[in-house]
Amino acid sequence: MAADTAPPPVPAEKVDERVREVGRLSKVLTRPELGAVAGVFLVYIFFAIIAYENNFISWLTTAAILNRAAPLGILAAAVALLIIGGEFDLSVGSLVGFAGMSIMVLVFPTDAGGFGWSLWPAVFLALLIAIGSGIFNGMLVVTTKLPSFIITLATLFIFRGLTVALTRLRTNRTQLGNLDEVEGYEFARTLFVSEFSLFGAKFDIAILWWIGITAVATWVLLRTRPGNWIFGSGGDANAARNQGVPVNRTKVALFVTTATAAWLVAVIQVVQFKGADSLRGTLQEFYAIIAVVIGGTLLTGGYGSAIGAFFGALIFAMVQQGIIITGVDGDWFKVFVGVVLVVAVVFNQYVRQKAAQR
Amino acid sequence: MSNNGTPLLEIKNVSKYFGSVIALQDVSAFVRAGEVTCLLGDNGAGKSTLIKVLAGVHAPTSGHYYFEGEEQHFESPREALDMGIATVFQDLSMIPLMAVWRNFFLGAEPTKGWGPLKRFNVDFAKQTALEELHKMGIEIRDPDQPVGTLSGGERQSVAIARAVYFGAKVLILDEPTAALGVKQAGVVLKYILQARNRGIGVIFITHNPHHAYPVGDHFVILRRGQVYGDYTKAELPLEQLVQMMAGGADLEVLQHELEQAACGGGEEADALAEVAENIGDELDELGD
Repeated sequence: MAADTAPPPVPAEKVDERVREVGRLSKVLTRPELGAVAGVFLVYIFFAIIAYENNFISWLTTAAILNRAAPLGILAAAVALLIIGGEFDLSVGSLVGFAGMSIMVLVFPTDAGGFGWSLWPAVFLALLIAIGSGIFNGMLVVTTKLPSFIITLATLFIFRGLTVALTRLRTNRTQLGNLDEVEGYEFARTLFVSEFSLFGAKFDIAILWWIGITAVATWVLLRTRPGNWIFGSGGDANAARNQGVPVNRTKVALFVTTATAAWLVAVIQVVQFKGADSLRGTLQEFYAIIAVVIGGTLLTGGYGSAIGAFFGALIFAMVQQGIIITGVDGDWFKVFVGVVLVVAVVFNQYVRQKAAQR
Repeated sequence: MSNNGTPLLEIKNVSKYFGSVIALQDVSAFVRAGEVTCLLGDNGAGKSTLIKVLAGVHAPTSGHYYFEGEEQHFESPREALDMGIATVFQDLSMIPLMAVWRNFFLGAEPTKGWGPLKRFNVDFAKQTALEELHKMGIEIRDPDQPVGTLSGGERQSVAIARAVYFGAKVLILDEPTAALGVKQAGVVLKYILQARNRGIGVIFITHNPHHAYPVGDHFVILRRGQVYGDYTKAELPLEQLVQMMAGGADLEVLQHELEQAACGGGEEADALAEVAENIGDELDELGD
């Protein structure tokens, strides 16, 4: 009887019973960079409390943090794309040294073993050298099919070794200076290391490069065909290939991107320090990877964001600056970075699991 | 279904050797538009090799491959795909971490704008993916959902919908129902019929006669790299198909071997004896 009177259980509108209203907050929780954004707040508050006496909350400190973060952030944006594409580049730090030293050897006076070029042609040739190195890395990885970790570990030593050996061979030194005497320096200074004053503090122009490059990287990743290929190549190279994605071309292009970012950082540093040191950029590859991972990118590829890497670099610089102004022995910096890295990775994993369960 | 149309895709006397191994010998099969041809075979029957030949991954050692009446020699799966022969490989077409709409258009992303501002038309991609899935009767919760959070059946269905959207004329499905539960397998079978009703020729590779029979128009049974039988549905009752798949003679040998092994005694032997008995029962049933 009850069955007769009960209306058939057909909803007026066809709604999948598995569809659950997902709140805005929960959607935000699934963004890869969430962990890093939260981390920025946490680390800032941490130092704001323990370094309150040392004026951590000030425009001067903020400027110092951003100035510190910018070169690392430029590298991290490119490295983020590469890691999402499923590869590693341990040679970026060496390439910073290699590209910087290339510029200096090219502009150095001929009587001191240099080539006596003016700055801009040297900067341009260094770019070509960097692109060539990126292609070398990429081709080696896609043709040998070996893990890029090993390949670029090898090129880390090759590029660093070449930087030291070739420089000493030609100039008999490992540090070259006096770039400000070279033609074209003033314009380069304006473009790469000028400062702008804001709230009474001095901000480097490199911050704008950092923001701009992060914006472009994000746009490419989320809104272009190559961006989709990057996700595909990193997520499952075979499946992507079956769907017609040019996986090898994408990967080589990503290695060229990281090499180009290394070149840009090299140019900024060479102009800033008016010279180059053959050891410049040492360990930068690891700092960049740390920034990327803190930013929520999966080390195994296929998932992540360039914005996350932006915040990762910011956290890194905050820790660095925080330790300096607190007056804690700088030796503790690496311990702190390691701890932040572990905490960030654990937190990211937790967030991702939560996100997958929504 | 019309049985008079010319085949859309046909292979004739195809053989494939890997060194001294004969993977396929004189295999012939065809599919017509709007029909489902089932390729059935147990492990080692040559199904995988045949799929790869059909998909353009392997070139046959000898024999002919016709598509729309013309002989083809594919160098790569991409060439076959461009002609409208789409293959959905088991677990090899979807990227779990990527959103449904990103997967749907992977490798063939729609763009808008031009020059350096040429970009992925995201809104179009999201909307189209949802619409196309809806047309196939697949209701996805959210296009931003990673494919990894879909069930196995849903993933296969998305892959099928994608192939249909990109103009597949022939759809080759590699064991789409393997490793799926009963209900999930039913869902996939439904999409096979949907694709067929849209005029696509479907080649459905499986080892499960119970999945093949309800959707198939035409059955090709492979055994040890050769065609063991080629029937239309009218010629072949389900029981006979099951028996051929189970391989009555092979089962007898297996039963015998198990009984011999069971003579060893002990717990293991008892278990083996039980299996042998069950196979015997099954044989009796098949005989009826």
